[in-house]
Amino acid sequence: MTNEELKIKLTEVLPSATFEEGGEWVNLSVAPAEWKPFAHQLRATEGLDFDFLFCVTCVDWKTHLSMVYHLTSTKHRHSIVVKSKLDRTKPEIETVCDIWRTAEFHEREQAELFGVDFLNHPDLRKLILTDDFEGFPLRKDFEDPINMIKL
Amino acid sequence: MLEEVSAIDQGDMIINIGPQHPSTHGVLQLVVTLNGETIKKVEPHLGFIHRSIEKMCESLTYRQFIYVTSRMDYLSSHINNHGCALCVEKGMQIEIPERAKVIRVLMDELTRIASHELWWGAMAMDLGAFTPFFLSFRERETITDIMEDTCGARLTMNYIVPGGVMVDLHPDFQRKVKAFIKLFREKADQYNELVTGNIIFQSRMKNVGVLSKEDAISYGCTGPTARGSGVNCDIRKLYPYEIYDQLKFDEVIETGCDSFSRYLVRVKEMYQSISIIEQLIDNIPEGDFQAKTKAVLKLPKGEFYTRVETARGELGVYIVSEGATTPYRIKFRSPGFSNLSALNHMAKGGKIGDLVAMMGTLDLVIPDIDR
Amino acid sequence: MWSLGNITHSIDAWLNESFNPALALLIEFVIVGTMAIELFAVLGLVLVFMERKVSAYMQIRVGPNRVGPKGMFQTFADTIKLLLKEGLTPSGSDKFLFNLAPVIAIIAAMLLLAPIAFAKDFQMWDLNIGVLYVSAISSVAVISILMAGWSSNNKYSLLGAMRSGAQIVSYELSAGLSILAIVVLVGSLKMTDIVASQETGWWLFKGHIPALIAFATFIIAATAETNRAPFDLAEAESELTAGFHTEYSGMRFALFFLAEYVNIFIVCAIGATLFLGGWMPFHIGQWEAFNHVMDFIPSSLWFFGKTFFLIFLIMWFRWTFPRLRIDQLLNLEWKYLLPISMFNLLLATAIAIFGWHF
Repeated sequence: MTNEELKIKLTEVLPSATFEEGGEWVNLSVAPAEWKPFAHQLRATEGLDFDFLFCVTCVDWKTHLSMVYHLTSTKHRHSIVVKSKLDRTKPEIETVCDIWRTAEFHEREQAELFGVDFLNHPDLRKLILTDDFEGFPLRKDFEDPINMIKL
Repeated sequence: MLEEVSAIDQGDMIINIGPQHPSTHGVLQLVVTLNGETIKKVEPHLGFIHRSIEKMCESLTYRQFIYVTSRMDYLSSHINNHGCALCVEKGMQIEIPERAKVIRVLMDELTRIASHELWWGAMAMDLGAFTPFFLSFRERETITDIMEDTCGARLTMNYIVPGGVMVDLHPDFQRKVKAFIKLFREKADQYNELVTGNIIFQSRMKNVGVLSKEDAISYGCTGPTARGSGVNCDIRKLYPYEIYDQLKFDEVIETGCDSFSRYLVRVKEMYQSISIIEQLIDNIPEGDFQAKTKAVLKLPKGEFYTRVETARGELGVYIVSEGATTPYRIKFRSPGFSNLSALNHMAKGGKIGDLVAMMGTLDLVIPDIDR
Repeated sequence: MWSLGNITHSIDAWLNESFNPALALLIEFVIVGTMAIELFAVLGLVLVFMERKVSAYMQIRVGPNRVGPKGMFQTFADTIKLLLKEGLTPSGSDKFLFNLAPVIAIIAAMLLLAPIAFAKDFQMWDLNIGVLYVSAISSVAVISILMAGWSSNNKYSLLGAMRSGAQIVSYELSAGLSILAIVVLVGSLKMTDIVASQETGWWLFKGHIPALIAFATFIIAATAETNRAPFDLAEAESELTAGFHTEYSGMRFALFFLAEYVNIFIVCAIGATLFLGGWMPFHIGQWEAFNHVMDFIPSSLWFFGKTFFLIFLIMWFRWTFPRLRIDQLLNLEWKYLLPISMFNLLLATAIAIFGWHF
């Protein structure tokens, strides 16, 4: 499926999605509240079949956080990028680890590095950092005068 | 914590495997809930060598950050460098010379063989056979010698730079690689006889750590781990980069879904890599080994994602650029991290001995998981 | 044939002449005890060195080569290191049992030396139930392993000890049955009788198929009983770090280590006695000339040669095979080895009754 056809198909599934131009893959943004039902549809809709979530990223844009999900379909070999803007003071988004189980680890990682709260995640403990670690190290305003060396 | 304790049934035993344990191959901690010898739950605890490479890269320029990535998956450091260089080249739209492409592919495949050789020895050692470890290191040693000649380093090569490769090939390169191919072809069959055909080895691996095709996709497994479950996910075939689309090689797929098929995939991949090297070693085109690039690289504003096939699976490099000399945000989608998440699912109901076999066939490299 | 009996008998006669019988017996005890302990120490050194060199040879390495000529004093240096090391006792452990376990291991190994015939007329105690005594005492070794695993207060140790318990108790059966097959053919449990019965040929060659099967079963069971790879589940360093002796250090660890190697020597010596004729030279039926030539080689050389050949075989296993899993290990014993050795015993009995063997 070409990117144009994919866009049409995706608009049918989620009319409120906004597309970004550029990039090799279809880029679309959804509101955090819409993400979970949309994800269900992406996985289940005939012709989309996004069964492989290969990258979960969070980007700190200083004004807001943005979750980036890279999805691909092992059946049709098309990929999309789904983005979702989160409030920086209280970043919350539904977990998708019941749809793509790989998300469990990826979300845990992003949760501790960026402080994103994945709602209904079964086990959102710290995976990498120590249990008593304060702050979210990959945010842009994270300061650690002892361990971080400024170039 | 209290809830966790009460969730354990009477008679269960919790045992910490790692961070210092002979078969975790690094500092990985597994909290295993056992009932007798049977595994009920495996819970990986990571982060013992988390260096926050992603954060580090945000303050390094596009020429500098590549060298840090050698330290992620140190067994396939070439391929890590390759992925990053590809991503930068994609952003800058640099066209690299044909010679550099061939050299890169050659180095990638040599690295893949070296990585699989080490895995093969370590795998057999996990299962209690020591001798294969020493045998496989002999071949790996010849590869590291080849690398040392050309790149100057044996493990973290840092040879691939945006625009090509750092220096030209060593004059001895072709001769030594040919000698290696000869050596490999001689010895590999012996090794298959020693390990692959061994009845104890097979019974330790067959029907152990079963991961169905659907589960492999859902857990985001890639590389030999997924190909052992019948998923075709070889990036070199699906999304060819460099000159992989012009080469003749097969994507190795086994449908056994167990540890033994993952083992077979890796063993057969070595032969495929050898055949790729054979195709290229006499056909290295003349020309420049590096494209002319600016001294200071500035990626245009935007997002760039490339993926390459490392020895462990799909490495994704995601760069978010704001048009500066350093990346705004960089994310490495490391194959080991996703592969590890399937461990709990695979290990349930197995024995402790099985857990070791599973971890062996997942081919975990801890810095790759922790980054 | 040249015999050590002359020497031992003359010493015995001289002692009895010079001292009263009780004192003479006491002095003999001291001499034998000293020799046993010395044999122990030498065996430990030689076997560890041998293992290192054998493994090095198989793994395209050189092995120890710095201390002394060709690294011969390496094990000696290691022993000194172990002697000087602090023996830690974990705080939560059962201290009495923890300290007792290695001692029991070494005592069990030492007791097993008694009935072994090292050369012609050279044996500590030729008791009439020799083989039975060996099977009985070798079962004691498992107690020391269970004790070590339990008292260490370490989960790895406990798992290792439990595995070892299950394993040794199971493999004791097929080891015993394969020994019985030969005992049936000989008609005696006494070591000297067993050796003497092989004067016209070793049981491995004389005993037809049952002896061959019994030999194979015995070697497998012996490897399992001594906790050697591919049956080293009690230690299984890639699974349980070091199994039952995880918490042991210094000399207490060395005692376990020594006991393991001496046990290998003993099971191989028993195997050599039962199947390969012990100190008996290689004889073929009634070929007088050939047998006479063979007799010129001293009997102790024959015994140690055969024993070390079997030890080499067991070391060869260790450096070749991967380890079995615990359920596969028990399956192998209960589903295959035990029925086979039971059937084999019947076959051996039939052959013995009808006199079909050579």
